[in-house]
This record gives sequence, structure tokens and C-alpha cells, in this order.
Amino acid sequence: MPSITRDDVAHLAALARLSLTEDELEHYAGQLDVILAAVASISEVAADDIPPTTHAVPVVNVFRDDVVRPSLDREALLDQAPAAEDGRFRVPRILDEE
Amino acid sequence: MSVSGTEIITATAVEIAELIASKQVSAVEVAQAHLDRIAAIDPSVHAFLHVDADGALEQARAVDHATAAGQAVGPLAGVPLALKDVLVQTGVPTTCGSKVLEGWLPPYDSTVVQRLRAAGVVILGKTNMDEFAMGSSTENSAFGPTHNPWDLDRIPGGSSGGSAAAVAAYEAPLAIGTDTGGSIRQPAAVTGIVGAKPTYGAVSRYGLVAFSSSLDQAGPFARTVLDTALLHAAIAGHDPMDSTSIDAPVPDVVAAARRADVRGMRIGVVRELSGEGYEPGVQARFDEAVSLLRDAGAEVVEVSCPSFVYALGAYYLIAPSECSSNLARFDAMRYGLRVGDDGDASAEDVMRLTRAAGFGPEVKRRIILGTYALSSGYYDAYYGQAQKVRTLITRDFEAAWGSVDVLVSPTTPTEPFRIGERADDPVAMYKADLCTLPSSLYGGPAISVPAGLGDEGMPVGLQVMAPVMADERIYRVAAALEAALNDRWGGPLLQKAVSL
Repeated sequence: MPSITRDDVAHLAALARLSLTEDELEHYAGQLDVILAAVASISEVAADDIPPTTHAVPVVNVFRDDVVRPSLDREALLDQAPAAEDGRFRVPRILDEE
Repeated sequence: MSVSGTEIITATAVEIAELIASKQVSAVEVAQAHLDRIAAIDPSVHAFLHVDADGALEQARAVDHATAAGQAVGPLAGVPLALKDVLVQTGVPTTCGSKVLEGWLPPYDSTVVQRLRAAGVVILGKTNMDEFAMGSSTENSAFGPTHNPWDLDRIPGGSSGGSAAAVAAYEAPLAIGTDTGGSIRQPAAVTGIVGAKPTYGAVSRYGLVAFSSSLDQAGPFARTVLDTALLHAAIAGHDPMDSTSIDAPVPDVVAAARRADVRGMRIGVVRELSGEGYEPGVQARFDEAVSLLRDAGAEVVEVSCPSFVYALGAYYLIAPSECSSNLARFDAMRYGLRVGDDGDASAEDVMRLTRAAGFGPEVKRRIILGTYALSSGYYDAYYGQAQKVRTLITRDFEAAWGSVDVLVSPTTPTEPFRIGERADDPVAMYKADLCTLPSSLYGGPAISVPAGLGDEGMPVGLQVMAPVMADERIYRVAAALEAALNDRWGGPLLQKAVSL
């Protein structure tokens, strides 16, 4: 099993949209190594021909009747939003300036 | 009123419902007695994040009006309940123990809450928990830890520690928790009460804030097995709003709890859930309990489930993986906390800053671990392999059902540790779930019932596990053990706790 470096944690944090401090990067790198060592035993299990279980109770293609029902109230939802404007969620800019 | 406040708060749910139905006490008096108890002791226990006194009294008045009008009410009408703060309820905040949701008022009721309301259950408030249900001690709450009513310096288990502590401290006779890897059973064990994880899919997840969707399941806590079964029956059943909800009749868990008879049942003791790492006091109480079940007429055999030793590894890859995906929804755009939105920062910057400020250390740790386990190049070795091991654990259960009706083990390997003791040692913390993880990965029902006190004088539990959709079996065995142990102790284990 590879060792987790500070740079690995920084990469993972970027993927997960988490801003971490230098201290956190170091701390988590050490801890992830310990956790991965603790879970590494599963790699000993010979399971090449074993199908994966994705879900405890196998249910597929569940349908219900397409009945028109009231939706959640827009005002109630916007009232709980960090920012709203003109009946919509207001979000920070999503495109670069250039 | 002829019934004292102390008599009300120490009564079982069944007794409270009878007192209300026979008009010896009103539902409002019952709610008020519990609110008074909460006001008196919750500053020490910290089971609740939010107490909804007005809402509770209003629900209680509705029950009193119904009984006064001679309307038929359900078996739990007027009985107070504490709700884990991971299930949404209109009118009160849902935080999931996280700063990222602090102050958020959900716009709808979870199915569990809808069913509780329909049953006339009086919801007292929302209980403390490890942030987003990630933890085994309730220390990971952003709002401070909950204390074990048996010893305020110790953890009450987790992640549903607030719900368990509320029931053990007589702040509520009933509580709802959620169990992903043991988060109902483990806190029940270490606070000396009963807690059950129903079969995965038996209770709707609609309105349950997701941690690990293939494992999360809501379930009941109470001080007796029968009360636990009544609450189980009240919340279980098919729900079209949850596509993983099981569309089949709910097993008659209440009849099973009343039957409390193990004659002719075949009980398997799991060999792999004992030995190294299990405290002598835990093992001794377990062995005594198994002897009592044998005396009560069960046939007891040892069963080997060799893949159970890999449950910890499989769980701590699957659950963080699913968590890293599920918690992506906390992106500061539509609800919850938003940090750094200064008009100049990009949406991505705001997400990074918000998630850094809003999530606690364990949640960040699991998001990073899950992101790693799902990342290209490691997926097969970690997440993929863990899912295959999950299949092997399921096969161990299925093989066991060829020779036994239920499996039993200690609920936890140790007595509850002291607050702070394992705070920054994640692997030591994860081992608290050693015995409860196999049933979670398999999806079958499991219950923890008090087994006595360990060497340090703290409660320990016995776990009963059964096949998928055979939830009635866990209640039969638990009720039989409860009857035998109460006989031996001269009353429930909780009577041995120091009064708060």
C-alpha cells in the first residue's frame, strides 16, 4: 500500500472542494496512512471471482404512478438559502472574469 | 393529578399510553413532566440540541382532545420521544450536529416524522449526534459532547448518543436514532437501554440526511424491548418516496416482543466476535446471558463467520466513499452556511471556504479518505474490493441461517471510554463498532439489549442478529433475555444507575 503524502492530501482536498491548512494537510496525511493500514487486511482476501455488493437489499427499477403533486414552496426554500434574488438562488460567480 | 412527575418519567411507553388512554393523566401533563426533567438535567447530560416545548405541548393537546372526544388513538398516542437531529422536521432546526447546517429550517417532514405525528407521538426535541452521524462517541458534534448518564465523564456512544442518553436519563421514554455501522446498537449498549436497527429498507430514508446511503437505517430506542418493538412498528413500512424501501409487510415485532419465548430456537454464538480486544467483563456478561438463553429453552451452538474479521476494513472504505459523494451537496449554494462570498470570490472558492469552516475534523477525514478510495487507480483495490468483501460477509450470514435462527455477540468489545480518550485516534474509535458492522454490511436486523455491568461498572449489551426481514426474531430473543435478566437483577438494569 502506498504511503499518503501531504501533496496527495492537498490533491484530494482540491477534488473534494475542501480548503485545508498546512497543519491539517500534515495531520491528515499521517492519519490516512494509519487508517489505510488498518483497513488494508481486506486486500488479503482472494475475491477475484466474487461479485460486488452495492446494496444490502437488491431492488431494481422501482416505479410509482406519475401523479401531479404540489412541490415544495418556492418562498419557503429561498427563505432558507444563503442568498436569494428575484425568486432565485443567488450564487457567486461561476465563470472567470476573462 | 394523581400520578407524580417521577412516576411519569420512569414509566414505560406502554404504561404512559395506558395512563393517558384511561385518563389518569393527560398527555400535556406527561409532556410537561418530561420537559421539566429535561430542564433539570440536560445542562449536565446535553442530550438535546433543540427542545421544542411549544410544539410538544401542542401535539400533546391534540392527543388529549382526541381522547376526550372518544376517538381511537394508537398504542403510542401521547408518549414523548426524542428525535435524532439527522431527520428533518418542519418548525424546528435540523443541524446534523454540524456548523454547516446551523440554523437551517427544513421545508418538509421526513417520513419517520410523518408517521410519528400520525401515531400521536409527542416529539420533545432534536438530539445531539456525531456530525453527520460519523462517530462512535458523540464527541464529533459541533455543539459539544453528550455525557453518559451513568458517568458524566464518559461517552454515551454514538453516533446517536443524544437519543440514547435522553432515554437512559429519563428525559424521554422513546427515541429515534440512525444506524449506519452501529450508531443505534452501540449507544444503546453503553447507556444500558434497548436499541434496534431494523432490516435495511424497513424504515423509509426520506428526510434522513444521507451519510452512507447503502447502510443508513433509522430505528428505535427505549428502556424495554416491548416499547422498542412498538416504536419499530410505528415507523416501519413501505414508502414510495424512498426507492430502497422494502415493499412487503412489516414483521410482527410487537407480538414477538410480547411472546418473549426462545424455546426451540437455535442461537449461534459468533466465534469471530470474541477473544482479543474484548474486555473480560464484557465477555463474562455475554457468556452469562447466553447461559440464561440456554436455560430458557434455546439451543446454543458456536458458529464461525470467517469473513467478519474483514468487516471493519470493508466498512471504513465503503462508508467514507459514500459519504464523500453524499456530502458534496453541502456546496453553500442552496441552503446552509456560506463563507467568503465577498462579491469577488468564485463559486468554487466559496465552496472550499464554506466546507472548511462548516465541517469538523472527522467529516473532513472521511471525505478525504472516501475521495481517495474512489479515485482512479485505487478504486479497484479499495472501494471495489470492499464491496466484494461485503458479499463474503453476506454469504457468512446466509450460511449461518442454514443451522441457526439468530446470531449473538457482545454489542461492543469494551465499556464506554472517557470523553477525550480516543478523540484524535480514529482507528481506536472505529473499533467501537467491531461487533455491529457485519449486520450493517449485510443489511439484516440487529438489536442490543442490556447484559449487565462490566468491570468498570458501566453497562454492556448483547447483540442479536437475524436474517433480512426476520426482524421479529431479534425481538423474541431480546425479550426473553430481558425477562430472565430482570428476574435475576430484581428489575431493569437502569435501576442500578446513579440517579441524576
